[in-house]
Amino acid sequence: MLEVNKVRKDFPILDVMYDGKRITYLDSAATSQKPVQVIDRVSEYYRNYNSNIHRGIYKISEKATEEYISSKEKAAKLINSGSYSEIVYTKNATDAINLVAASWGNKNIGKGDHILITEMEHHSNIVPWQMLAERKGAVLDYVSVDKSTYTLDEQSLEMGLENNPKIFAFTHTSNVLGTINDAKRLTKMAHKAGAAVLLDGAQSVPHMKVDVNEIGADFIAFSSHKMLGPAGIGVLRAGRDVLEKMDPLITGGDMILSVEKHKSTWNSLPWKFEAGTPNVEGGIGFGAAIDYLNMIGLDDIRRHEIELTKYAIESLEGEKGLHIYGPDRLDIKGGIVSFSIDRAHPHDIATIFDSFGIAIRAGHHCAMPLVKSVLELPAVARMSFYLYNDEEEVDQAVQAIKKVKEIFHVG
Amino acid sequence: MALDIYAEEMISHYEHPHNKGKLEKPDIMLHENNPVCGDEMTVYCRIENGILKEVSFDGEGCAISVGTASMLTDFAKGKSLEEIERMDFNTIKELIGIDPGPARVKCATLALKTLKGCAFLYQHKDIDIATKEL
Repeated sequence: MLEVNKVRKDFPILDVMYDGKRITYLDSAATSQKPVQVIDRVSEYYRNYNSNIHRGIYKISEKATEEYISSKEKAAKLINSGSYSEIVYTKNATDAINLVAASWGNKNIGKGDHILITEMEHHSNIVPWQMLAERKGAVLDYVSVDKSTYTLDEQSLEMGLENNPKIFAFTHTSNVLGTINDAKRLTKMAHKAGAAVLLDGAQSVPHMKVDVNEIGADFIAFSSHKMLGPAGIGVLRAGRDVLEKMDPLITGGDMILSVEKHKSTWNSLPWKFEAGTPNVEGGIGFGAAIDYLNMIGLDDIRRHEIELTKYAIESLEGEKGLHIYGPDRLDIKGGIVSFSIDRAHPHDIATIFDSFGIAIRAGHHCAMPLVKSVLELPAVARMSFYLYNDEEEVDQAVQAIKKVKEIFHVG
Repeated sequence: MALDIYAEEMISHYEHPHNKGKLEKPDIMLHENNPVCGDEMTVYCRIENGILKEVSFDGEGCAISVGTASMLTDFAKGKSLEEIERMDFNTIKELIGIDPGPARVKCATLALKTLKGCAFLYQHKDIDIATKEL
């Protein structure tokens, strides 16, 4: 069992007062808050052993290198990947997907080839494929979303795979609907159709156990800042065989083995993809974040989020003029509750929430095809939960919703 | 800012906006949007001798963007193009009686930006509007 009162004490920001109120932070799908253990680990690096990694032949550089590599080992273990050489650090999940689309995509996608994505993707898993399709004259297909269940439409999925796409890129958990796709099953189906698989794990890896070995996806991308770690660091994980065949995208120092005047050879994995001085403090802080998640336990975090989501949905049941978008089944839903209120624009909803000290997000959530074409809304409001949220905060959100209805004369 | 921005007047303009809809045969019209929130705004103007004779707006948006568009079009009607070009954020603050705060400033100024764009375009048809900060 997750002891939320104990967890909350680890997050200093939850005690900060603004206009006499503590922050009720319900926007963790955008970015997560940081526990003191992460803040301290980053601060310790700056205070005690700040230095560049690799080639430094002195103690503090050796320590920094060790900590940086150790964070990759932790990331590999977290998702049950092989060695840390399969963990490429990027800026974030977006950067990781772009690396695949540009490097792997340029080599493996040709004219007339099909690329398959879904209607519930974040822009980060749409635009890189659009550009790749445009560069190569390839065809970009979408698996549609079933509006009655808010899950991927089975028939559309089968049709998409019938075109034998070269790659199927899909989100594990939708950042708007909270829908958790059956990554293992989808990967199996895609592989059967001859497609490589990229799994966008930005919203899943922080919130539940994700086993890449079991799922079998060729690529997985996720971000540190959504899982208690610093911003500016993310992961692209792929098998050694895949990474070996990919060309680096950014070149320069650190990613080479040797440089002659007219040609160079690449460094070993994963360094081949990490040109220039990397985000050392980001990596070290990310390692601390993974330590923290392991200490609490991802299974307990997942259970806590299910309980909180259930409590939120039950608290809002029967609220006139309120609409919730996402699956009813809690076993396939992450801790995300997207909603709209008749006559009130989501931005006004967010402003009214803010007056209660509650942080939520309103807009298209970087998923315009989903929000505009599937839900047919200009925008939605979204609450998203994490390990530090509790029922009292949900109660406050319910009060804020009642205030929105009062101001906009709803119900 | 709390909830002062949602005074009854603002909500009333949002629920029953003035000057809403398309204007037939406008002398100038301009479409603007606020990509972050998805607010859309088109302003239509009929101009005679440098005076804004008729003005309307159309689009989709939050209470603040629609409410201010309603109040601003009421206020701007009958004013000269020079007067419109001189309008700024202070005009909006005076109209709505409050500073909307940094998070909503784009919503509150979308109509003004579009209206000023119309005034500019009408007078400088030869200049690329993208090069001018309104």
